[in-house]
Amino acid sequence: MAQIDLVNLSKVYPGDVRAVDDLTLTIPDGEFFALLGPSGCGKTTLLRTIAGLEEATSGSVRIGDRDVTRLPPGKRELAMVFQDYALFPHMTVVDNISYPLKIKGLAKEDRLDRAVKAGDELSLDGLMERRPSELSGGQQQRVALARAIATHPQVFLFDEPLSNLDARLRLEARTFLKRLQRDLGVTTVFVTHDQAEALAMADRMAVMQSGRIRQVGTAREVFQHPVNTFVANFIGSTPMNLLDASVRGDALDVAGQRVDLPEDVRRHVTDGQEVVVGVRPEYLTVSSSAVDGGLQGVVAIVENLGTAALVTLEADDLSVAVTVPDGEEPPIGADAWVTPVPGRVLIYRREDGELVDAPVAAAVG
Amino acid sequence: MAQTTSPATEATAPGEGVGADGIDGPDGTGKGGRTPSDSASGGETDVVGLGKWRASAFVAPALILVSIFLVFPALWTIYIGITNYRLTGIAARAPEFVGFDNYVRAVGDADFLNSLYLTLIFVLFSAVIGQNVLGFGLAWRLQNVQGWVRGLVQSLVLLAWILPSSIVAFLWIALLDRDSGTLNALLGTPGLAWLIEYPMVSIIVFNIWRGTAFSMLLYSAALASVPPSQLETATLVGASRWQTLRDIVFPHVRGHVLTNTLLISLWTFNDFTPFLITAGGPNDRTEILPVYIYNTAISGGQMGYGAAVSLIMLLINLIIALFYIRLLRERK
Repeated sequence: MAQIDLVNLSKVYPGDVRAVDDLTLTIPDGEFFALLGPSGCGKTTLLRTIAGLEEATSGSVRIGDRDVTRLPPGKRELAMVFQDYALFPHMTVVDNISYPLKIKGLAKEDRLDRAVKAGDELSLDGLMERRPSELSGGQQQRVALARAIATHPQVFLFDEPLSNLDARLRLEARTFLKRLQRDLGVTTVFVTHDQAEALAMADRMAVMQSGRIRQVGTAREVFQHPVNTFVANFIGSTPMNLLDASVRGDALDVAGQRVDLPEDVRRHVTDGQEVVVGVRPEYLTVSSSAVDGGLQGVVAIVENLGTAALVTLEADDLSVAVTVPDGEEPPIGADAWVTPVPGRVLIYRREDGELVDAPVAAAVG
Repeated sequence: MAQTTSPATEATAPGEGVGADGIDGPDGTGKGGRTPSDSASGGETDVVGLGKWRASAFVAPALILVSIFLVFPALWTIYIGITNYRLTGIAARAPEFVGFDNYVRAVGDADFLNSLYLTLIFVLFSAVIGQNVLGFGLAWRLQNVQGWVRGLVQSLVLLAWILPSSIVAFLWIALLDRDSGTLNALLGTPGLAWLIEYPMVSIIVFNIWRGTAFSMLLYSAALASVPPSQLETATLVGASRWQTLRDIVFPHVRGHVLTNTLLISLWTFNDFTPFLITAGGPNDRTEILPVYIYNTAISGGQMGYGAAVSLIMLLINLIIALFYIRLLRERK
């Protein structure tokens, strides 16, 4: 029904600031898609360009089978929910929800009917005559969602929809939003800087940096197989270990120690090549006795994460983080050996931060 | 507050005299430097520890000035308003008490009522409509305009506001002059005496030009306080500029409109500058109340009557103010 196609899209601000840089992306119909990245990466600009609030400098935006690049926002058949919800303080909840319908010229009964229906779906019945200032943060968010739903748009755009909620409510809202999106089946793009939020909610996501997409994929792909050190570093509640190493024959030299080099990448590296070894703390096991091909270190810090503990080992001048199950933390100061779970080690080129098996002229960065 | 700090004070302060010097002094290490004077005046409970008398001494100069230049003249006006005090003649030497005669006379005085009518016209068209609409229009239009254009327009509008009255009056006389006026040169209407043919229109336009800056600044600030996301939401649902203005912007700035209208109404009501252009003429056709009072009290010498009219004018001001404040309160 409404697939979003972005083709060679750029948004350049005066002073040659490229907020969105020659970006091409397809979001299939009905997908829940996240734009993820640190602040200033262009994710919000991209969302606003899709909405039409920013005019694309070049390239095109297609929604469904229409090219909307030059259409005003009101004609694009999309609804946006802002971070601050943008409810009109002088209107009641029902007036807020039906305002877009009023602008579209619906008769009073029709728009009231649709507003009440949308309100009911989001359990706002009983609050319809209140003003936004008389509602809690979570209720305000639902009013904003109801206003978006009531217009039956082709596309939903959410700009940091959860960041104004407190931590507990945010978790509830995640589940709620995901269910809502699934029920409605409307293509949805949302912006977030919180990788955990993107992993939890999105069907697929684009990780952005400096106006470009560094990786597009499902939560699993992005988490388990980040294609460059930027994504590797950005995704994950506990940061991925990125250790400088160099290739020594069919093994790796990490902090002066000999560590196994995964077989599948051996043909992509050359002897003496400088690489970065990436492995998540969750994919490392720790042992208190010597393990052949493991990395030896001294336990420096133990952080409790609730069901697990994050143990930081120091090997020479490198730090390696490992998660260990609750109650199995090694004592501080003890020697320990870490080995990776097979198939979970990623080897990146030192010079451009891309995976060693990626084509060299990736022209990114 | 003083009670909680005083035990510490007693422990650290060696004597009472250090109070004022404590902060500057070499031993002002911050530990006891700020508090010593607290205990100096015994039972006093003010934060700084000045005591009632010393505190009063600080306020006294301002109070004395206000009394001399504000309270006393106000009371004096009320007093002479009930006498037949004149600038010259017998009544200047020994004014007689006449009760409410002056007020009774004013209410029945055609000249006074004419002035009142002219003033209302002047306020309605130059302030309530003119400055308000033009100020809002400028603020609205300049919102999304490039920086330097906005700066230029704002500076020009502000200039009209901050120039001294005597200078702008001269400029307008030069502009509207019959024989060599700029306006006649521009319009190609030589010999048209604007100030005689259209005196009221002239001072209304003059006052709009002169006072719009305030409304523009106030509305610029008010418009900046409308959350951008609400405007963008309106844009996204396809609202036109006018619908956005009516449904989103105006409800946000409604309170500002009332405040602004109150202020500019009062200022215009009391404005004396038109006198410098037309002196109330021709034939009293621009004799708004402040000018009328000046002409009767100072030029005409009828101080008692002028004072009475002044008081009436003050009461009208009060009524206007109460009316707006009432409206403002109803909105909330």
